[in-house]
Amino acid sequence: MADYKKIINAYKDLPGGLIESYHAVQREFSYIPEEAVFYAAEVFDMPKAKAYGVATFYSYLKVGKRGKNVIRICESAPCHIAGAAQVVAALEKELGIKMGETTADGKFTLEFTECVGQCQATPVITINSKPYGDLNPAKVPAVLAEYK
Amino acid sequence: MAEEMRIVLRNVGKISPLKIDEYIKAGGYKSLAKARSMSQIDLIEEVKKSGLRGRGGAGFNCGMKWSFSYKIDTDQKYVVCNADEGEPGTYKDRIIMENDPQSLLEGMAICGYAIGSNKGYIYCRGEYPYVVETLNKAIAQAKDKGVLGDFDIEVRMGAGAYVCGEESALIESIEGHRGEPRFKPPFPPVEGLWGKPTIVNNVETFANIPAILEKGADWYKGIGASSYPGTKVLTLTGDVVNRTYFEVPTNVTIREVIYGLGGGMVNGKNFKAVQIGGTSGGFIPEEFLDTPIDFDSMTTIGAVLGSGAVFVMDETRDIVDIVDRISKFFEHESCGKCTPCREGTKRMHEMMHRINKGSGTVGVMDLLQNLGNVMSVACLCGLGQAAPAPVLSTLKHFKLEFNAKLN
Repeated sequence: MADYKKIINAYKDLPGGLIESYHAVQREFSYIPEEAVFYAAEVFDMPKAKAYGVATFYSYLKVGKRGKNVIRICESAPCHIAGAAQVVAALEKELGIKMGETTADGKFTLEFTECVGQCQATPVITINSKPYGDLNPAKVPAVLAEYK
Repeated sequence: MAEEMRIVLRNVGKISPLKIDEYIKAGGYKSLAKARSMSQIDLIEEVKKSGLRGRGGAGFNCGMKWSFSYKIDTDQKYVVCNADEGEPGTYKDRIIMENDPQSLLEGMAICGYAIGSNKGYIYCRGEYPYVVETLNKAIAQAKDKGVLGDFDIEVRMGAGAYVCGEESALIESIEGHRGEPRFKPPFPPVEGLWGKPTIVNNVETFANIPAILEKGADWYKGIGASSYPGTKVLTLTGDVVNRTYFEVPTNVTIREVIYGLGGGMVNGKNFKAVQIGGTSGGFIPEEFLDTPIDFDSMTTIGAVLGSGAVFVMDETRDIVDIVDRISKFFEHESCGKCTPCREGTKRMHEMMHRINKGSGTVGVMDLLQNLGNVMSVACLCGLGQAAPAPVLSTLKHFKLEFNAKLN
């Protein structure tokens, strides 16, 4: 696993670079370790509370452990009426976890999200930000197989 | 019947987005050269004269906005592109950036020259990492070619906060803070990013600029509705046959969009409602379908053009359930800075949920109406002010559906 300190240090001189540094850490870890938030507070010279406040303000960023592959299901109105709830049920069944949980092997996390901007193909899920559209329960196993 | 007219999407499918030579061959960067041969004042006047109004939803005259920053004499100004496209049902900015990123860069560089800025930022939503990649490659190519001159553009990523579509919240986010809107005035054109004059325009607004410079303000002014000229990119979702995007002159009617380009309702079902402008837009019943989509016409029917999202619902859809879901969205996205929005969105969702689950009363509906009225005037920013629109418009046009669910 890469060193989050090294990643964060690279953004030290970028004006307003805190959020960019969080993105970079998350790209590597799939989440932001809490220690990384406290380290960022030092690097960007601000109270821990502020660095934590920024990290937790944004729903795309996640402080604390998450699975290797993050599956996000859009529940905004267009996906809602296109059958997002059935896709949620299929994902929960296939992975044996509930929304918001991570599989025991640490491979998958299930999360809700709001619109991901792929509304030509509702309902939509993203896996590690890659979109999969026009989903239905029957398609779920094949999509997951790519990551197993 | 309405037909497409492509201005901002003029190059989509015709050029390779990552080959700047193809953009240049298609006439790209001639408008920037033309702009730089004009005086800043003449350039701003030309943009003003075109009548171009912001395509992000607020509809402010673009040239007018630029003139506010131009007038200020200071060492640094900024051009910011709002690419934090988060309005549910909207993906037009992604289509523009994925297919024709240079046209956005050219529009920003023209703005930079007009106001006297050498630094631009594109604030692109975090959910589009693949678009960020395209933008960074396009910027590198433009720098290699030297077409941008001394104008520098940097991409910053949003991180999943809907409120950052509000320009002062977006600025806060670029500065590395929580994306909470600022008190206004001062407005960003006067005091924006790092306290400097800053023009924040939407992707679609910037993408219009090169075409306006190339063909002239009079040409642009003559297209679509006179008070909101030009075209608008619409994204169709829901129970409509063609769930895709279109660019149309702004004088087409909602009916032409849904039944013409949209191909009508799926399975020939009857129309019930359409919500335009994203999830913060009002719900529109059938009686208003012959309204043109332009900004001012939409306002007269108590709706908005907004981002151009067109969410169509057929007769089988449960309006109360959909509005319940939408009110949950606003509870989630409220940034918490001002009380009317932080508390209002939460209570609004609670009440909508109660009605949806069958335990609402007439009294709850009265409270909803009252709360919505207060929020639309008392909230600090556009998020909270617009959040009650789906509730208030459905209470008005679809009250029977609420009544049917009351306890």
